[in-house]
Amino acid sequence: MSPAVILAAGEASEHRTLIITLFAVFVLATLVITIWAGRQTRSAADFYAGGRQFTAFQNGLAVSGDYMSAASFLGIAGAIALFGYDGFLYSIGFLVAWLVALLLVAEPLRNSGRYTMGDVLAYRMRQRPVRTAAGTSTIVVSIFYLLAQMAGAGVLVSLLLGITSDGGKIGIVALVGVLMIVYVTIGGMKGTTWVQMVKAVLLVIGALLLTFLVLLKFDFNISDLLGKAADNSGKGAAFLEPGLKYGATGTTKLDFLSLGIALVLGTAGLPHILIRFYTVPTAKAARKSVNWAIGLIGAFYLMTLALGFGAAALIKPDEIIASNKAGNTAAPLLALHLGGIDSTWGAILLASISAVAFATILAVVAGLTLASSSSFAHDIYANVIKKGQADEKQEMRAARWATVGIGAVSIVLGALARDLNVAGLVALAFAVAASANLPTILYSLFWKRFTTTGALWSIYGGLVTAVGLVLFSPVVSGKPTSMFPDVDFHWFPLENPGLISIPVGFLLGWLGTLLSKEEPDARKYAELEVRSLTGAGAH
Amino acid sequence: MATDAPPPSRAEHGLPAADEFVAVQESAEFRELRRSHRSFAFPLTVAFIVWYLVYVLLSNYAGEFMGTKLFGSINVALVLGLAQFLSTFLIAWWYSRHAAAQLDPKAEAIKSRMESGA
Repeated sequence: MSPAVILAAGEASEHRTLIITLFAVFVLATLVITIWAGRQTRSAADFYAGGRQFTAFQNGLAVSGDYMSAASFLGIAGAIALFGYDGFLYSIGFLVAWLVALLLVAEPLRNSGRYTMGDVLAYRMRQRPVRTAAGTSTIVVSIFYLLAQMAGAGVLVSLLLGITSDGGKIGIVALVGVLMIVYVTIGGMKGTTWVQMVKAVLLVIGALLLTFLVLLKFDFNISDLLGKAADNSGKGAAFLEPGLKYGATGTTKLDFLSLGIALVLGTAGLPHILIRFYTVPTAKAARKSVNWAIGLIGAFYLMTLALGFGAAALIKPDEIIASNKAGNTAAPLLALHLGGIDSTWGAILLASISAVAFATILAVVAGLTLASSSSFAHDIYANVIKKGQADEKQEMRAARWATVGIGAVSIVLGALARDLNVAGLVALAFAVAASANLPTILYSLFWKRFTTTGALWSIYGGLVTAVGLVLFSPVVSGKPTSMFPDVDFHWFPLENPGLISIPVGFLLGWLGTLLSKEEPDARKYAELEVRSLTGAGAH
Repeated sequence: MATDAPPPSRAEHGLPAADEFVAVQESAEFRELRRSHRSFAFPLTVAFIVWYLVYVLLSNYAGEFMGTKLFGSINVALVLGLAQFLSTFLIAWWYSRHAAAQLDPKAEAIKSRMESGA
């Protein structure tokens, strides 16, 4: 029986049992960690920032665990397996983006903020409107990202376990949702960080093992591997050149440019990444954790290159497509092939890689839930609704309830979206982060004149432009691959709005500042600037 | 460095009052720290974004050049892609070296002076 059939129909029940067992072990282990972390979570700084006591290396691991989603593991390996070189382009944007975080954002943020992105944005502005805006964009970005991950979990499980019924998929989405609520409400940032660290280690070990096995097959001759991949793909030399995926027309090329810009500028505006910098004691440690993350994420993406081309070289393209049209099961299929189809070793390898993919989803959704509930509790509840009068206990209670609320909303939306094509949502989250959050962060930190009006214009302007353009793009309607293929109200040709919405976000922040009669608060800027660069008075 | 503890009336970490921040911001020492950060980080940011965009544009619009074979199955596209990885690692290392040598000592001096209440 061909492995694609095994994967698609889930007929090999020993695979299923193994996958479920390994996954259950991971879930149990993370629950133990969460309960242990929960016992040590007393103050708000524990809940939001893990007590700020993680080392740079630990945080670097957790940042990588937060960032390397199932989309990067399964998606990039699959895209390379099917489209060759173009699959690789994605990972380069994801990596280079970290330099923006390293050079401009991580250290000042750590020095001047407390728990959320909103702390820095609202520092020298009128608190209530800016915190409301920051909270809104945090929650929007995180929910888009969450939805993509949860729907991804449903797809993955139905592929690997052969669960195809609606009830089964909804059950998986609900399970993921309940687990993330448990991780965050009980373990807070401490529990979430440990879950992400464990996941990062498992993911790196899994990728290392597969990479080693692939290279072993080709006697560590990379040129051979690439040549075989090109031959086997049936596309020849074109497989190793850009263009198979994004090069079809002028529009797809522009779309790729748009995506590339959104990826590079989005990372440093993703709230769930930004709050990770608060978990270390100093800005210097934040810098070191970004360096660890760059090393780990870079090494991981280099390995996905071997995995993707390995899958292309060793598995027939028809087999990959038969299992999943987008190639998302290329990595698990590769594991099965490397271990040997119909052998125990192959089954174990397949089960391990699948369990790692589940672990990946859980760690990422926990980080996203924490970011959005922190922002709700700290920015909106404590500083807008309670006007800064809430005590720590009330704030933490609000954060826990917000976690339950956001988790419930995600479960419902994730269940409704289970059959929609939501792959575009991650790219959209990056585009919103780059259009609404990054301009406001950079202006706040580095531009003396920036005002409240400017901040509101760039956050809401960037947010509305990005979301609006996607609503009228082929992601939502008008194409067979759209979320709603049966209707057509699209007029914006690109799938990614970044090319337009990012400049709009920057422009509006500048324009809003110039056009408002408001005087910037020079004393507050002095405080922010001195604190952000020196770390004086850092929490 | 002064050893006396900051008066308890000050904010949690011995933070000075707003006037002091304005004074520090205008001091030559702080201006030097700011210049040292901006003159390094800003041009470098522009440079790596331009280098990344060049790579994306080449991938989009210079397919033939990118497909040029260098040796075996290794072509220009792959080498340039790997060069993006390499330049990212190098820039991260270079910035961290600059920060440790140029920024940290200056920042630390200002911070400890402020927190000791001098």
